[in-house]
Amino acid sequence: MYRAEPLSSLLIEPLDELTAVYHRASGITHLLGQPAPELLHALQEPATADDLLARLGREFDLADAHRDALLARLDELVTAGLVRTA
Amino acid sequence: MRYRFAVRVGPYGFRVGSDWRAPVAALEHLYADYPKPRDGVANFTVRLEATRSWRRFVRPSVNIGGDWFLAEAAPLPLAHGLLAAEMGMNLQLALGGRRHLLLHASSVERDGRALLMTGESGAGKSTLSVLLAAAGWRFMGDEFALIDLDTGEVRAFPRPVSLKNAGVAAAEQAWPTATFGPWLRGTPKGDIRHMVPPSDDLARMDEPARPALLLFPRFGSPDEVRKVPRSEAFVRLTQASTNYTALGWRGFESLVRLVKAVPALAVDYPDGASGVAAVERLWSAL
Amino acid sequence: MKAAHLLVRALREPQSVADLDASGWQDLIGVARAEQLVGTLAQRLDGLTLPDAVRAILADATVTTEQGRVAALWEAEMVRRALAPVGCPVVLLKGTAFVAAGLAAGRGRSVGDTDILVPRAALPDVERALLAAGWEWVKPDPYDDAYYRRWMHELPPLIHRERDRIVDVHHTILPLTARIRPDANALIADAVPLGNGLSVLSPADMICHAAAHLFADGDLSGGLRNLWDIHCLLDEEFGTDGLEQRAARHGLRSAVLRAARLAYDLFGTPIPGGWRVRDGLDPLFRRRLLARDGWGRGARRATRFGFYVRSHAIRMPPAMLARHLWTKWRRG
Repeated sequence: MYRAEPLSSLLIEPLDELTAVYHRASGITHLLGQPAPELLHALQEPATADDLLARLGREFDLADAHRDALLARLDELVTAGLVRTA
Repeated sequence: MRYRFAVRVGPYGFRVGSDWRAPVAALEHLYADYPKPRDGVANFTVRLEATRSWRRFVRPSVNIGGDWFLAEAAPLPLAHGLLAAEMGMNLQLALGGRRHLLLHASSVERDGRALLMTGESGAGKSTLSVLLAAAGWRFMGDEFALIDLDTGEVRAFPRPVSLKNAGVAAAEQAWPTATFGPWLRGTPKGDIRHMVPPSDDLARMDEPARPALLLFPRFGSPDEVRKVPRSEAFVRLTQASTNYTALGWRGFESLVRLVKAVPALAVDYPDGASGVAAVERLWSAL
Repeated sequence: MKAAHLLVRALREPQSVADLDASGWQDLIGVARAEQLVGTLAQRLDGLTLPDAVRAILADATVTTEQGRVAALWEAEMVRRALAPVGCPVVLLKGTAFVAAGLAAGRGRSVGDTDILVPRAALPDVERALLAAGWEWVKPDPYDDAYYRRWMHELPPLIHRERDRIVDVHHTILPLTARIRPDANALIADAVPLGNGLSVLSPADMICHAAAHLFADGDLSGGLRNLWDIHCLLDEEFGTDGLEQRAARHGLRSAVLRAARLAYDLFGTPIPGGWRVRDGLDPLFRRRLLARDGWGRGARRATRFGFYVRSHAIRMPPAMLARHLWTKWRRG
C-alpha cells in the first residue's frame, strides 16, 4: 500500500511545467514534474499500485507502457519521503 | 576584547572585537557615515584574534572567529585585517540571518522598484551594480540582497564595495568624490580596495524597494537576452541563497512569491557599457 | 557580572534580565550563542518586555531551533523507516530524544546529529540497512574506521548523501576505552517506547547518559547546555527517585551526583539534601563551565582536564554555499 503525506503538510506551488513542493514535516523542498503532483493528490487515500493505476486510468488516458514509468515515479516519491509504504 | 567596533548595515548590527588597533581603525574610517546597531545591541559578533597570544606581536596573524565560523578558515596576515573583518561580517550574515531571505545578489533601485542581479562569481553583478549606481540608480548592495519575509520587499545592505585591481581605477573614475579604504596589497584575491557607497544611498539604507526585475547577468559574451522559466529561476535562487533551508516554509513562500512576481532574464553582455545599456533597455520595457 | 553568570542567571530567573543595559544584553547573547543556548534563552525570555533589537535576535534564534527541530524529527523518522526491516529496538538519544518525547529539555534546544542506540548484536544489520537507504561513511579512512570499531561506543559516523545529516549509531553510551562500562542491555531493555516504533531511554537512564555526556568531553566544552539538559530532566520531568541506584548500576554514580550538585549550584535544581556534599573538584568544574566571556571566547586549551580522553572532529552544519563564498571573499 502507498500513502502520500497529507496535503496539510505540503505547500504545492505550480511554477511552470514543474511544481515546487515544500514538505513541512521534513523542511525539504522538492521540484516535481508530472505526474508527481497528481500522484500526491491521488494517494491521499491509501492505495496499492494497481488501485492507483485504475484510479488514474479513469482520469487520464493511460497505456500499459505507463505502468513502469508510474511505478518508477512512485519509488522516487517514496525515497523523497513524500509517499510512504505500509 | 581589546579594540571594539560596532556598525549597522541595513537591518543588521555587527560588532567587531580585535586584538589589534589597526583593523578597527580601518573599519572606523570606512564606516564613518554608517549608523550604530539598534538599541546598542548588535545581531552578530566577529572576532579578530591572534592565533597564539605571542602572535599578537610576532608575524601577527588574524584568526577570524564569531558566532558562526568555518572550521577550515585559514588566518590572514594582520596587514589584511580589514579584509578579515569584512569576511567575518559577511559570514555572520550568510549563516545567521533569519529575518530575510538572503540572496547572493546585487541590487539597485529606481522609483521605488528594485533590480536584482545574481549569478556566479565573475558574472559581473557587482560591477554592474556600481556602474548603474554611477548612472543614477540607488545602490542597495553588491553582495547580499535581503528579501523581507513579511512584505516580499528588498532591503538594502549597502556594504562598502570590494574592488579588485583594475576595478579600482574604473570606480575612481566613476566616483571621483567617493571614500576609499586603504590599499590591501597582495591579498589572496589580489590588490583590493574598498569603496564606500554614495552617502545619499547610505542615508536611504532603511528604505525598502519592491522587486521588479531579476537578472542573471553573464559578462564577456555577445549581447543576448533569454527568458528564464520560473522553475529555473526558483532553483537558481535556492542555490544563490545562504539561508533558504534554514528559513523553512517561510523561505519557500518568499521565494515562490518572488519568482511569480518578477520577470527573470538571463543577460549576456560583452562589456560594462553594453551591460548598462541592456539593463536600461529591459527596465524601460517592463 | 561575568557573561557566563549572566546566562546562568537569565536561565534560572528570566525576570532578572530587567536590569540589563545594552552591553549586558550583548554579553548575554554572545555567551548564549557560544554555549548553544540562545534558543533556550529565547524560550525562557518569551513573553517578557525586551528591547526591540534583543527581541529580533531571539526571534531569529527561535526560527533556527524550530527548523532544527523539524529536521531532527524528520531524520529520526527516516532512520525509523530505514531500520524497520531490521526489527531491532531503536532508542533515540540526547537532543533528538528530548525533542521527540516533548521534554522540557527540548524546548528551544539546538539539535545537531541524530544519535541512536541499538543492541550491539544488531550493528551489522543496522549498518547494512543504513548504507542501503542512502547513508554513507563520512570518512573513508580505514585507520579511523578500525579505531572506531575497536574502541568507540559507536559506528563511524554516517552521513545521508541527500539530506546531508549525520547519524551516530551507538551500542552503548561511553567509549569502550573508558574505565566505566554502562549496562547497555539494561539501557535498551528499559527504554520507553514513543509509540511510533522508536524509543527513548528511561528517565533515570536519560539523566545518567546526560551526566556521562557532560563529563565525557575532556574540556567540558558546551557543558552548560548539557548541564541545563540535566537541570530540566531533574527539575521539570523526572526528579531523583531511584536515580542513585540506577547510576551505580552503570558505574556512573559519581558522575550523576556531581552533575546534580553542579545543577543545584548553578540552576537551583532541587536535589536531595544528602547529595549536597562538598567536593574538592566541584569548583574546578564550575569555573570550567563558566569560562566563556561576552565575546563568546572560551578558556584556552591549556587548562583542559577531564575524566576520559576523547576527541571528536568539529562538525559544522551544512554550509556549502557559505564555504564557497568564503573562498571567494578570500581569493576573489
